[in-house]
Amino acid sequence: MTIALAIEQLLNGLQLGVMLFLMAAGLTLIFGVMGLINLAHGSLYMVGAFACATIAAWTGSFWLGLVASLAAAAAAGAIIELTVIRRLYDRDHLDQVLATFALILIFSEGTRWIFGSFPLYLDIPPLLQGAVALPGGAEYPLYRLAIIAVGAAVAIGLYLLISKTRLGMRIRAGESDREMIGALGVDIRTLYTIVFALGSALAGFAGAMVGALQSVQVGMGEPVLILAFVVIVIGGIGSIKGALIGAILVGVVDTLGRFLLPQILAILLPPAQAGLMGGALASMLIYIVMAVILAVKPRGLFTAHG
Amino acid sequence: MTLSRETLINLILIVLLAAVPFVALGIGQPFYITLATRIAILALAAVGLNLVLGLGGLVSFGHAAFFGIGGYVAGILAAHASSGEALMFGLAGSDQMPVIWLVTLIVCGIVGLAIGAVSLRTSGVYFIMITLAFSQMIYYFAVSWPAYGGEDGLSILVRNRFPGVNSMKPISYFLICLGMLIAGLGLFSLIRASRFGAALQAARQNAVRVAAVGISPYPIRLAAFTLSGMITGVAGALYADLNRFASPSMISWHMSGELIVLIVLGGTGRLFGPVAGAMLYVVFEFALGGLTERWQFFLGLILLAVVLFARGGLLGLLAGKARHG
Repeated sequence: MTIALAIEQLLNGLQLGVMLFLMAAGLTLIFGVMGLINLAHGSLYMVGAFACATIAAWTGSFWLGLVASLAAAAAAGAIIELTVIRRLYDRDHLDQVLATFALILIFSEGTRWIFGSFPLYLDIPPLLQGAVALPGGAEYPLYRLAIIAVGAAVAIGLYLLISKTRLGMRIRAGESDREMIGALGVDIRTLYTIVFALGSALAGFAGAMVGALQSVQVGMGEPVLILAFVVIVIGGIGSIKGALIGAILVGVVDTLGRFLLPQILAILLPPAQAGLMGGALASMLIYIVMAVILAVKPRGLFTAHG
Repeated sequence: MTLSRETLINLILIVLLAAVPFVALGIGQPFYITLATRIAILALAAVGLNLVLGLGGLVSFGHAAFFGIGGYVAGILAAHASSGEALMFGLAGSDQMPVIWLVTLIVCGIVGLAIGAVSLRTSGVYFIMITLAFSQMIYYFAVSWPAYGGEDGLSILVRNRFPGVNSMKPISYFLICLGMLIAGLGLFSLIRASRFGAALQAARQNAVRVAAVGISPYPIRLAAFTLSGMITGVAGALYADLNRFASPSMISWHMSGELIVLIVLGGTGRLFGPVAGAMLYVVFEFALGGLTERWQFFLGLILLAVVLFARGGLLGLLAGKARHG
């Protein structure tokens, strides 16, 4: 194992973590402010990816596609908030799970209806093609580095939005006392729609960015959604800081686990068996990490409320 | 003894389900027997979940784990029985359903105890997500562990045997499944009427008060969770035998979602809610699937409408509000 390989894996882990953060930030914000558990968040990720792939194929510009992904996911989010989600805020979690599960069925099958069952492909924009030399002699794709940078920028932007702006102030107030800010004359219904659309846009954006690395297909959001759940559970539901740290932790642990576990087991076991065991264990690793963290801290690392 | 409206409807439902295969044979459409068997098995799986979800108010989004484990126990034991290779610790495989069910009960009990012990330390949304995460963990294990088929799943070459019955005959197998469903329903109603069931329901309504009268909710919930996983596991073993196939898709989170959907469609916390829900679901699937390839789209719309506008499910509609809130 060389240093270069280790750095490459670490960067891959960071890149996964950053993407998970974009998903988890929206989920945790929506839960923190509205108390809603949204299974359909993965569908908004898919909507973003499909919008980007369609517009990019149509206009030839990845950048326009990226804008389209933000717009389409935010619009889809606002529409479902106004029609469905709004009715779920004062329902119990069971109803929320079911209704958003129903939304997944509708979104997935609807997308398959419009776009067919074949995956779409999205090219990396020419500006970000190519690779960067890493210390140790290896090369690393520029696009993945760009994803990490964008994710970091979004994290900073979100922090500024929430801690420095009037909208952020209202979001924080909404988290701590819903009735009170309503009584103070803030239009809480519009605030909810904005928060939901913001979370959706982040998910759609993540979908578009990842769409250029993988294929764009129905169901692409579901594995990411479940990882994002793990992230916010580890981080503490409602906490953006927790989401960031949880996302990086999950991204790095998952990637390094897949890379290192087979090698570590190879010291103890014959190679073929070590590969199998390592692979199986690595795919379970983040869930084991989550179970351990929750066994110690049942409400996650950073609890938002009390 | 006078029958309440709900009891009457329950009786009608079970008689209806039991009658379907005989009518199917009569009109020469044996395919409907498989459909009825599917209903009985899914209903049994949901009866298990109903114990924690309906009585305990704990939304487990990971019961597919038990369903899948049951399926794999059936598949793995059958594979070893047919190859003659010993399982771990020199134990032999088996193609006898009672043995398979017993092993399923033991394995699901142990797994349920472990998952429950960690998950029940949390509540609310955390509980939903943790049970989901645990079932995903088992899902990925099944996908990445190649010894028993990995992603491709595990075929059961010949349906496992039940002493004294030819389980290969669809109608016999249906009757086995129906018998298990009735046993599951009986167990559920016994539990609901017991002191344990009362404590479980009380813990749902007000955990603090239950603790104040000297009953700790945690062990009660843990026992319920474990039992519930065991029941759902047996349904999984039956399901694998029905399809002669155990696959990772039995453990996927869609399966967990479907089980919840069954309960809510039928009526949460009611004895026959899972039966009514499974009947509705399978009939929807069959009828819509015959009309359009996009049946899941319409299923989503119907489900959304039920959640938003028709709380209480089918039994709520037919039999009125449940007596206990």
